[in-house]
Order: sequence, then C-alpha cells, then structure tokens
Amino acid sequence: MDIFLLLEWTIKSVVIILIILGGFAYLTLYERRANARIQTRIGPNRAGPWGLLQPIADAIKLIFKEELIPEKSDKVLFILAPVITVVPAMILLAVIPMGPDILGFKIGLADGINVGVLYIMAVASIAVYGIVIAGWASNNKYALLGGLRATAQMVSYELSLALALVGPIMLANTMNIREIVVAQKGLWYIILQPLGFLIYFIAAVAEVNRAPFDMPEAEQELIAGYHVEYSGMKFALFFMAEYGKMIVICFIGATLFLGGYWGPFVDQVPLLGPIYLFVKVVILLFVLIWIRATFPRIRYDRLMAFGWKIMLPAALFNVVVTAAIVLLLEG
Amino acid sequence: MPSDYLPIAVLIVLATAVAFIAILIGHLFGPRRPTVKKSDTYESGMRPIGPGTRRMSVHFYLVAVLFILFDIEIIFLLPWAVVLREIKILGLIEMVIFVLVLLVGFVYAWKKGALEWE
Repeated sequence: MDIFLLLEWTIKSVVIILIILGGFAYLTLYERRANARIQTRIGPNRAGPWGLLQPIADAIKLIFKEELIPEKSDKVLFILAPVITVVPAMILLAVIPMGPDILGFKIGLADGINVGVLYIMAVASIAVYGIVIAGWASNNKYALLGGLRATAQMVSYELSLALALVGPIMLANTMNIREIVVAQKGLWYIILQPLGFLIYFIAAVAEVNRAPFDMPEAEQELIAGYHVEYSGMKFALFFMAEYGKMIVICFIGATLFLGGYWGPFVDQVPLLGPIYLFVKVVILLFVLIWIRATFPRIRYDRLMAFGWKIMLPAALFNVVVTAAIVLLLEG
Repeated sequence: MPSDYLPIAVLIVLATAVAFIAILIGHLFGPRRPTVKKSDTYESGMRPIGPGTRRMSVHFYLVAVLFILFDIEIIFLLPWAVVLREIKILGLIEMVIFVLVLLVGFVYAWKKGALEWE
C-alpha cells in the first residue's frame, strides 16, 4: 500500500474530526448566543471578545470535573456507551463531498463510494445502540426510561428519514453522493422535492432528539434521560455526539437537497465550493436553533403518533408520486 | 471497489481513538473522591426505590417490530430507486403492490391500537 495515500487519508480524517470537534465547540456558543438574542438576552459574552473563548472555558471545566461511576452500573458498558454514541457522529462526514476538485485534488475523504446514501443510514442507526446501552448500563429508572423513549423515537423517525432520502436517489439515479451533487448543478433538489426536504428535516430533528422532539431528555420529568448518571468528559462526549449529529444532518441536508457545494461562479473558482457548503450548513443550523427557541415540547404519545400516522404515510406518498412523475417525464 | 472504503477505516480508527483519549483525559485530570452516597444511583436526591431495571411497556416492543418491517421495505426501495429508469412502469407497479401489501399490515396495526400510547 502506498504510504502517501495513507498519509493523505490520515490528514483528511484528522480534518474531519477537527470539523466535528471545533464545530461542536462553537455550535454550543452559537446556539447560546442565538437563543439569548431570541429571548432578548445577551448570552455568554465575558470570556474573550463576543464570548469566543467560552467553549474553551467549558472544556477545561469538564476536564477537571470529578467523574462518577455509579456503584450499581455495568461499568464496561457504562464507559463504552459514550464512545459508541460519538463515533458514528464523527465518521458520517466521510461521505460528504466538501467541494469540487481543486487543481485536480479531491477534497472529500470517501465521497465517491457507490452506496453513499446507504452508508449514511447504516452509520446513523449505530448511534441508537449507544443511547440504549447508556440507558441500560446506568441502572437508573430515569436513564432506562429515557433510553427506551429515545430508541423508540429514533427508530420511528428513521423510517421517514430513510424514505425522504429515496427521492434524491431516484432523481439522480445513483446512491453515489458525489454524483448526486453533480446532478444538482442546474437545479437543487429542494425545488423538485419540497415535501421530501420537509420530511427529511423534521425527521432529522427528531433523530437527534432536539426540541421540540426532546422528550427523551425532558429535563422536567426525566432529569436528562439516558445521560443522567454521566458527568465530566463522558457527559461531554454525549453532548458532542448530539451537536456533532446536528452538524452532520445539516451537511447531509445541504448536500442532498440544497445543491451541496454549488453556487454562483463555482465553475470558475472551485475554492468557493466549500465556502458555499459552509454557508448552507450554518443557515440550516440556525433554523435548528430557531426551532428550539420557538416551539414547545410535544407530548410523547403525540410525538409517536405524528411519526407513524403522518410522517410515514407522507414519506411513502412522496416516494410513489416522485417515481410516477420521473417515469412520466423521462420514461 | 473495496479499496474505496479504506479511508473510512482510517477515520473510524482515529475517531475511536479520539473518543477514548477524551475519556482518558477526564480520568487523569478529574479528582476522584467517591463516597457511598456519591456512587449511589441518582434519584433526585431521594434514596433509590426498587431496582433500576424494571419491566417496560409492551409498546416499545411493538414499535421495534413495526420498525423492522418497514426498515426492510426501505432497504428494498433503495436499489429499486437506483434502477427505476431501467425497469420503467412495470417496476413502479410492482413496488406499489409491495407497498400496498405492507400498508394492509400497517392499517391492521393502526386499527388494533399498536400506535396508541396511553
């Protein structure tokens, strides 16, 4: 095996991990600032200019915290659960094309694999294991109930999420994400798949257990759900997984529905590609924060009913109608 | 090609290493002064009542079974979506029949109240 190839992969992997780590740190700050502005507060602004050093302060605090491992917990699984939760969030970004080739150099790590969309779904499902293991290993009723609720919710909305991704596959005729982005050069798929994008986004919000679908973590009744017994860096890993997944679902949404790295003048200046992608992701992240600041939490029975009785039929309807129109116009 | 997936293997190894290093850092730098009360199960400051793992609502199992049914359906839909333009209208009709068969089961589960939570 070529040593330079291995070096290239290692560097790209480190960059992806840094995107998630840095993105996680500054997304927390972005969220707190944006939330504060929506609630006519100021938000953290003491550590550094505009509070820019706040995430570093938080990280240092978490490193020096005492870590508790409950006496009755399953210790091995208790330590493994945050790892199983956070690794899928970090490796999902591998199949996202970050930009067009710059001077013949490919930017993405593995965006050319021919089952890219399938990879996304497969890896996204692994995160469920981490959560259910965390809930069970804690040996705490609240954690168990939170873990079970999170699992039921995530598997329910995963169906709609996967069905929403079928639309872009049909339009582009491939599961290769790089080719899906290339196919969107003239027309973004959000215009052809407005219902598909809406279903994807709602299901993705539920998939990362964000408000208004944050029932598994309901602070008022479950005291935090599956990570109630976690503290210090292990808690930080769960936090990192949640925010990493937020970043990743925005990357996937921007790539499959909002034209990925396409924008004006990308043909002439390929360097603009990653910048456009970044702008699209930040806009989607703002929408996530906006939703959290706006909507109250949904009751659990309504949450499940919404997922099964409205989202799933709507997603199936979207797939069948898209297929019929594709065949009518091109078949 | 299988070699397309090697970069992902590199990423998985590095990501797992980062996660374990994060936990290790917490262990190295955090103080550890456990007491009996501290390492007891947390229950809002009260003494824990009963075991931590208890029987759970049967609804969670129903959701899991329904999920498996529909997830398999979606796995079939994915390759179908890739080759839709080649198998044309016949493929669409076959898929609609397949989805309809599953929908009968879905409506049955719905009417039986598998989707209701009290």
